Amino acid sequence: MTTSRFVHQQASHCESGVMSAIVRHYGLPLSEPMAFGLSSALAFAFFPFIKLSGLPLVSYRMPPRTIIRGLQKPLRFSMRTETFRRPEDGAARLNTLLDNGQAVGLQVSVFWLPFMPPDFRFHFNAHNLIAYGRDATSWEYLLSDPVLEEPVRCAPVDLAKARFARGLLAPRGLLYYPGSAPQEPVWEQAIPAAIKKTVRNMLRPPLPFIGVKGIARIARAVERLPAASAPQAAKLYIGHLVRMQEEIGTGGGGFRFMYAAFLEEASTLIASPALAELAEKLVEIGDLWREFALATSRMIRDRDPLDLDHLAVLLRAQAEREKTFFASLYKAVRPS
Amino acid sequence: MNAADVPQESSSTYGGYLKAVYARSGDGRMTLVQSRGWEAEETVTRQAVQAFEALAAAARERVRAGQSSPLEVHMYRARMDVALLAQTSGLWRWQVRRHIQPTVFARLSQAHRARYAEALGIHPDQLDSVD
Repeated sequence: MTTSRFVHQQASHCESGVMSAIVRHYGLPLSEPMAFGLSSALAFAFFPFIKLSGLPLVSYRMPPRTIIRGLQKPLRFSMRTETFRRPEDGAARLNTLLDNGQAVGLQVSVFWLPFMPPDFRFHFNAHNLIAYGRDATSWEYLLSDPVLEEPVRCAPVDLAKARFARGLLAPRGLLYYPGSAPQEPVWEQAIPAAIKKTVRNMLRPPLPFIGVKGIARIARAVERLPAASAPQAAKLYIGHLVRMQEEIGTGGGGFRFMYAAFLEEASTLIASPALAELAEKLVEIGDLWREFALATSRMIRDRDPLDLDHLAVLLRAQAEREKTFFASLYKAVRPS
Repeated sequence: MNAADVPQESSSTYGGYLKAVYARSGDGRMTLVQSRGWEAEETVTRQAVQAFEALAAAARERVRAGQSSPLEVHMYRARMDVALLAQTSGLWRWQVRRHIQPTVFARLSQAHRARYAEALGIHPDQLDSVD
């Protein structure tokens, strides 16, 4: 594989940003929304029994590594992934790969990255970025963090802490790079297959915590929060939902805008006007997620009275809309 | 969301960075637009930061009253709870809870102190101070 100089490009989400950049670096033009859509990364998941600082696991996408693994089949190439028990081994392996001129994807904890804005530095272990070189004198790593505008540098001791952070979704030093060159997919097959998988996750998931059922479930959980006896705890809970939807590199609206961009691009590639119309619809749904975020934040700031039943109504309406949307999406890619 | 409607509300939480979001541009196509921030997002980010700040402040009061040790303050300042500090330091939760007690903290071994300092990302000498 030939490797040229690495080109940094800002993205809206870390894993799709990293994977589209790696695929581009190894020779195949690929947009971030296309990487996200082709790997069927869109979802909704609510696991009330998995807690982080007392708050439930809520996600608007499939679990970490979905995009790294999911692009292999459509792009007909392989990704090599390695994890390490000892930080020394992880650093040595990364240095070897970088010295060979590879661009390497890394899973890291946001908390230990000194270049991140302090208010974003929480113990979130599933952040992704690319290492593309080392400074020959300071040994600082040259990093491309796709959610930032410019490439950054990071001292080896800080990167080691970020790569070997413990806790939920611990990265265990995960690094990844292509084992072969990505190929242009057969769009007429890859796009419908990827969309069908997303529809399956949203409408017929293996567990009732995923997909539109998960949204309905979270509406029930919100309704049952102790608004009267513990308003601060209730506010922290609903604020957490909005943070997961808007903050953690989602491109806004819980990834719905990015998936709409994927559908739009897909509609051109496989000449399907129906997908372009559905992209419009999904932008509307994303706008309504933003309205939910706005309503919630106003309650947190006491601009509006805390009304959990109202938030539950908004969430149930979103569940209904997404149910209809994904059913239409399935019809659009079903062979007629 | 239209590109023209992407909020540019200069959130302090962004620390001067710009974030990229997808929105519909003037010609009707989805495109990546930079945002300076959005008040709704800033609210929930600040809320999460302040929740830990409040826990640290309350712990500091307990340290003053002799009911807790600086370890608890440092734990919340590092945005951790007992479960995460236990995982990060490689100790059991009950050990962390015990070490937080002021009398036990006062005679913590050098090895344990080094472990906590490493887990919290501070120097062992900083462990005793809450200022």
